[in-house]
Amino acid sequence: MRKIYGKKWIVVVLIFMSMFLFMVSCAKKQVQSTDTIDADKARLEADRLAEQERARLAEEERLRKEREAREMAEREATGSAQHAFINVDVLFAFDSSELSSEAQEILGNKVTYLNEHSDIAVVIEGHCDERGTTEYNLALGDRRAAKVKRYLVDKGISASRMQTVSYGEERPLDASKGEDAYEKNRRAHFVIK
Amino acid sequence: MKKTYTFLRIFSATLCIWLVIIANGFAQFRNEIRFDEPSARKIPLAVPNFHIVSEKSEDIDLTKNLSQLTEETLNFTGFFKILDHGAFLEEPAKIGIDKTNITFKNWTIIGAELLITGGIVMDSEFLEMELRLFDTVKAEMLIGKRYKGPKSGYREMIRRFCSEIVFFLTGKPGIFQSKIVFVSTIPNQQKRVKEIFICDFDGYAPKQLTSDKNIIISPSLSYDAKWLAYTSYKKGKPDIYIMNILEKRGSIIDIQGTNISPAWVPNRFELAASLSYENDTEIYLLTGDGKIIKRLTKSWDIDVSPSFAPDGKQMAFLSRRSGSPQLYVMNLETEEVRRITFDGKYNTSPCWSPVGDKIIYSGMKDNSLDIYMTDTKGTPPIQLTHNAGDNESPSFSPDGSMIVFSSSREGSSKIYVMNANGTDQRCLLAMPGEQSDPEWSPLLKE
Repeated sequence: MRKIYGKKWIVVVLIFMSMFLFMVSCAKKQVQSTDTIDADKARLEADRLAEQERARLAEEERLRKEREAREMAEREATGSAQHAFINVDVLFAFDSSELSSEAQEILGNKVTYLNEHSDIAVVIEGHCDERGTTEYNLALGDRRAAKVKRYLVDKGISASRMQTVSYGEERPLDASKGEDAYEKNRRAHFVIK
Repeated sequence: MKKTYTFLRIFSATLCIWLVIIANGFAQFRNEIRFDEPSARKIPLAVPNFHIVSEKSEDIDLTKNLSQLTEETLNFTGFFKILDHGAFLEEPAKIGIDKTNITFKNWTIIGAELLITGGIVMDSEFLEMELRLFDTVKAEMLIGKRYKGPKSGYREMIRRFCSEIVFFLTGKPGIFQSKIVFVSTIPNQQKRVKEIFICDFDGYAPKQLTSDKNIIISPSLSYDAKWLAYTSYKKGKPDIYIMNILEKRGSIIDIQGTNISPAWVPNRFELAASLSYENDTEIYLLTGDGKIIKRLTKSWDIDVSPSFAPDGKQMAFLSRRSGSPQLYVMNLETEEVRRITFDGKYNTSPCWSPVGDKIIYSGMKDNSLDIYMTDTKGTPPIQLTHNAGDNESPSFSPDGSMIVFSSSREGSSKIYVMNANGTDQRCLLAMPGEQSDPEWSPLLKE
């Protein structure tokens, strides 16, 4: 009898315990679920912010690229103008310091560049092809450079910004022989100081 | 250069020269040498091996070189036809060098009109050389000389003897005491470098005179060969530098503009040069230390490349005043100018003969530059080079008998010489790089 009573007590205790456990577990469950909602909200918010940030960065990147492209274009424009100023030579016929119409067209570009860049000074080099006498070619190179300088002075460029030097036949652009090379070498060449 | 001069001084001091016999006048030879005429006949000359009193094999080799050097030195002048040793019928080296040992018929029969014999005595340091010139036809000795000095001075001894021969035959001192200055590129440099060199009249012993490591051109030696003027880009533009070769001092004409083409006035410490500070390049007369005396040319175009008459009273120069480069002569007293070239549209770099009124220059015809000779009397120009690349910068030897010039006939520009009549054109010296702008010096005084 005692034995049975004893068993009943254990059962009651077990029931209470299980109920308690159930309650505890339920309560725990409730807390857990509130946390999840908050986390999801936060994630959504974070995602939104990240998305915004990404968009902002993308926009910035786009603007930067645009700016860079614009700057590069500007640089290229200036660069090619400078490139042309330095690398397009004024050419002459053999034994001549006359400025042909082509030469005058090139000099027109030089005038534009010099007007747009009023801070620069230049050296005008007079060169000849290798044919003919060293001394005469030095004098001819001198005359070619002087002719170009005078032309630019007439177009309003200050003489103080231009210096001339003759290299005669001493510094050919193309050291090979033949009319192709000679034509390139009979030149007035601009150097920015 | 300094070494050369020091050597010459020491050499002159130690070298004893005894005049053994002064030859009697043999005037018939004097009339034979006419070096400015293409028809000039060369005198047949035999130079058999010299006789040596020595057992040493290196001495015997040197002796062989001595007779060969004598041949080469005299052959250089263009006055002689050197006879081939294969034709010789006797050997003075074995039988003796005196008149009594020589059978002149053996020499006339092979066509020799002149014969040189030599006797050499050598010890470890010193060399004694006895040299004789014979007229084989008359069986007479014309010149006999004895030289003694250090072994290393053998070249100088032979040149002195050759000078005696040329003076005897032509009445003029010849060219053996002259030098040639020229410009050479220096290969394997980062930038284009040209420096000035000097060598003996025959291209022997070239030496570098400048070391600016820049472009240097247009060398010109003063009448006493003590001063060298040239154009250098040392300061970034062409300026004229005047340098005392021995003392390495001098002055610079670096006024604004292009300062080029210096040329010394004979027998004065003055030079002419082209300066562009007033206008285009005009010719000015300057003191030897670079001060302007006066402006000589007054034209509205290029005036450059002055060259003076032997008396310094007239000057040939290049002017573009007519629209193309042509040569003119100015009387420096009256400043009267007259044109002397009319052929072609490109006549440049005149050189006035140091002994007369001949003027040589480089002219362009059919797109090719050649050396021409004209004079102040309006004689039509004679073309001296033909179909041989571009030929430029001619310069007369001090006796007017030869011309040095640059030519691109073998591709790159080298220095060449020829007789003043255009014969015997040959390369003067082989060295790396390209050579140009030669100028023959006046005779060097000892």
